[in-house]
Amino acid sequence: MLSLNELWFILVAVLFIGFFFLEGFDFGVGMSTQFIAKNDNDRRVLINSIGPFWDANEVWLITAGGAMFAAFPHWYATMFSGFYTALVFVLLALIVRAVGFEFRNKVDSSSWRAIWDSCIFIGSLLPPLLLGVAFTAIIRGLPIGQDMEMRASLFGDIINGYTLLGGVTITVQCLVHGLMFASLRTINPLQDRARSLAKKLLVPLGVLVIAFGVWSVYETDLFSQHGVPMTIVSILAVAAYLLSGFFMYRKKDGRAFAMTGAVIVLTVAGMFIGLFPRVMISSIDNAFSLTIHNAASNPYTLKVLSIIALSLLPFVLAYSIWSYYIFRKRIHEDHHLEY
Amino acid sequence: MDVVSLSRLQFATTTIYHFFFVPLSISLALFVAIMETMYVRTGKDSYKSLAKFWGKLFLINFSVGIVTGIMQEFQFGMNWSDYSRFVGDVFGAPLAIEALLAFFLESTFLGIWIFSWDRLSKKVHLLCIWLVFVGTTLSAFWILMANSFMQHPVGYAINNGRAEMNDFFALLTNGQLLVEFPHTFFAALLTGAAFVFGVSAWKVLRKQDAELFKDTFKIAGILGLIGFFGVAISGHAQAQYLVQTQPMKMAASEALWGKSGDPAGWNLIAAIDPAEKKNDLELKIPGALSFLSYNKFSGEVKGIDELQAEYTQKYGEANYIPPVRTTFWSFRIMIAAGVISFLLFAYGLYLYWKKKLDNAPKWFSLACVYGISMPFISNTAGWIMTEIGRQPWTVFGLIQTKDSVSPSVSAGQVLFSVISFTAVYTILGIVTVYLFTKVIKEGPYDQKPDERMAEDPFNDSFSSKEDSHVIS
Repeated sequence: MLSLNELWFILVAVLFIGFFFLEGFDFGVGMSTQFIAKNDNDRRVLINSIGPFWDANEVWLITAGGAMFAAFPHWYATMFSGFYTALVFVLLALIVRAVGFEFRNKVDSSSWRAIWDSCIFIGSLLPPLLLGVAFTAIIRGLPIGQDMEMRASLFGDIINGYTLLGGVTITVQCLVHGLMFASLRTINPLQDRARSLAKKLLVPLGVLVIAFGVWSVYETDLFSQHGVPMTIVSILAVAAYLLSGFFMYRKKDGRAFAMTGAVIVLTVAGMFIGLFPRVMISSIDNAFSLTIHNAASNPYTLKVLSIIALSLLPFVLAYSIWSYYIFRKRIHEDHHLEY
Repeated sequence: MDVVSLSRLQFATTTIYHFFFVPLSISLALFVAIMETMYVRTGKDSYKSLAKFWGKLFLINFSVGIVTGIMQEFQFGMNWSDYSRFVGDVFGAPLAIEALLAFFLESTFLGIWIFSWDRLSKKVHLLCIWLVFVGTTLSAFWILMANSFMQHPVGYAINNGRAEMNDFFALLTNGQLLVEFPHTFFAALLTGAAFVFGVSAWKVLRKQDAELFKDTFKIAGILGLIGFFGVAISGHAQAQYLVQTQPMKMAASEALWGKSGDPAGWNLIAAIDPAEKKNDLELKIPGALSFLSYNKFSGEVKGIDELQAEYTQKYGEANYIPPVRTTFWSFRIMIAAGVISFLLFAYGLYLYWKKKLDNAPKWFSLACVYGISMPFISNTAGWIMTEIGRQPWTVFGLIQTKDSVSPSVSAGQVLFSVISFTAVYTILGIVTVYLFTKVIKEGPYDQKPDERMAEDPFNDSFSSKEDSHVIS
């Protein structure tokens, strides 16, 4: 039987995985505005393609943070204070990105739009990069002491070759995923450009995914802790990657989108599976690692949270899916563009 | 400055800033929902234009509110990790529920609402904006549940040096929450009302779509009065609760050092000398403090000196007196600004019903415009009183502010973030005000070319039959 601690570990993992899958494509679309848009209309079409979704997608991150706070206060406290400076940049990036969407079309001036467009680009690039670095640093292990406080150096403990590889891998995954979303929701010639850039990125993506996987074997204890599941996840990730390329060439955008998403899901899921039952690995002493037990709230809190979360989730999922159903059609520049 | 001061500065700045936008989001969502309801019921396009016009302002405001809100959730862990460890069991739950119940609701249905004027049936589209309003209100409820725990902790037990939840229902029915939530909700209503009221007065003065804006002027005036009386009644209830649960905050907000006497008088103004622990000058309303505290014109209220002695005995040797001047004056500023709003609403409605609005004195119209700032001042002052008045505690009686801060974060890091956030927030504030002014000047009938032609989105070669399909 699943313990409540395990259940909440899974829920937090699912929220982060959902965040990287969903916000991943709108980060990707945000980045793609600087690569495949040839004029302002193209940029508007791209931004409007994620218009109805990006805000709700971001709520996955907020909910993940809230769930961590509620179910694993020590995890939340250690991670958020430990990654202080990185999170300041994530927050600033998310702020300028969101207002960029809202503000860019409010004044009819190309320099005004250029400012917010660069905010949208930076705001879409930095969060997956920095969060990717942070999660990679977590699986690598961080200097967490007996007092559960993490005293990590920004360059060295948090940012180093391996964690940068993790960050870049996740960022490129998001970009390709976003390009596939764009090719699903736009029409030619924008659609063609999205698809062809995605194809060009296939080789770099493959190199990154495999390099990250291989380096993780040496740099972390994930594979030695959970050999079988980690191997399965890795094989599945490679398979999803190959299928995504296959579908791109067959112009099956929907399936290719599902597969680029699967690559993200499997990468992030692999990190959480490898961590289990730890939530933060201490590089000082294994005994100082935070686990789903020593970082958790008391059983009563977990029980209350479980009842509430499990009864609310079906509704949230239902109306989220409905919102994607409403906006399932492709858009182009003759349409009403809000942003 | 040390880490504690810098972290406090950051929390205060970002929270006050965030709360400029929150009350306006709640009430503008309601206002847009009312406009659209009138559109659906009457079929008049003017109401649709009004819904879209106020909707535009709502969206600008909402987006800044959202992004500054993410900061709020993150900084408990970032800057106050020892606090988060101590209260996470209790305090995290409302935040998680807020995200799951309120944030998903408001963000999803707002996304749908913005982009589906032409895709959904009128009624379903209307339902979306009402759900956004419900979402913003629920969000306020849950975050205030968390704040209420800091004012008056209930439903917990201290185990292993941490506050652990043992009664969720007690948190849900926390007396503090039951007075704090209505107070905040009505304050939000008043805020949006003052905003719509001021903008409408300006439009009427300028004779731009005057007939249209007389309507919104009237509705805003009525909502404003409801808001004001709601705020006053719930505020009175809150003061009575305060005397019971946080008498020190009450005493500080009165600058009441020694015995109050019976009946207790209310200091209208005072020259406070915190160093000598006395007031050099007081202007008292006899019996008013007794009424504020107990609903009757008798009864003694405990003073600061007596409470300090009591707390020293109970919690150990320390200074338990909050900054008295700040607490005292923020309380009075809150009330004064609220009363000014009330006078504007009342006089405005009088002019409206006397059909004198067209020839309203210019000073009055301008007063309505500048009066938009009043609820913002009230809201800010109210929160300053609530939070400063609770010092030195973060959770009253359980954990102090100096013990709440993150041990692993350095003063340099916080200084860097304070500067960054202040800079970005300042720019955002300027841009927001600029855009507000621009949208207001353009008015409800200024439509850009691409907005006019967009009625049938799928009108070219690649469209298919189901594109005209409407989900109802």
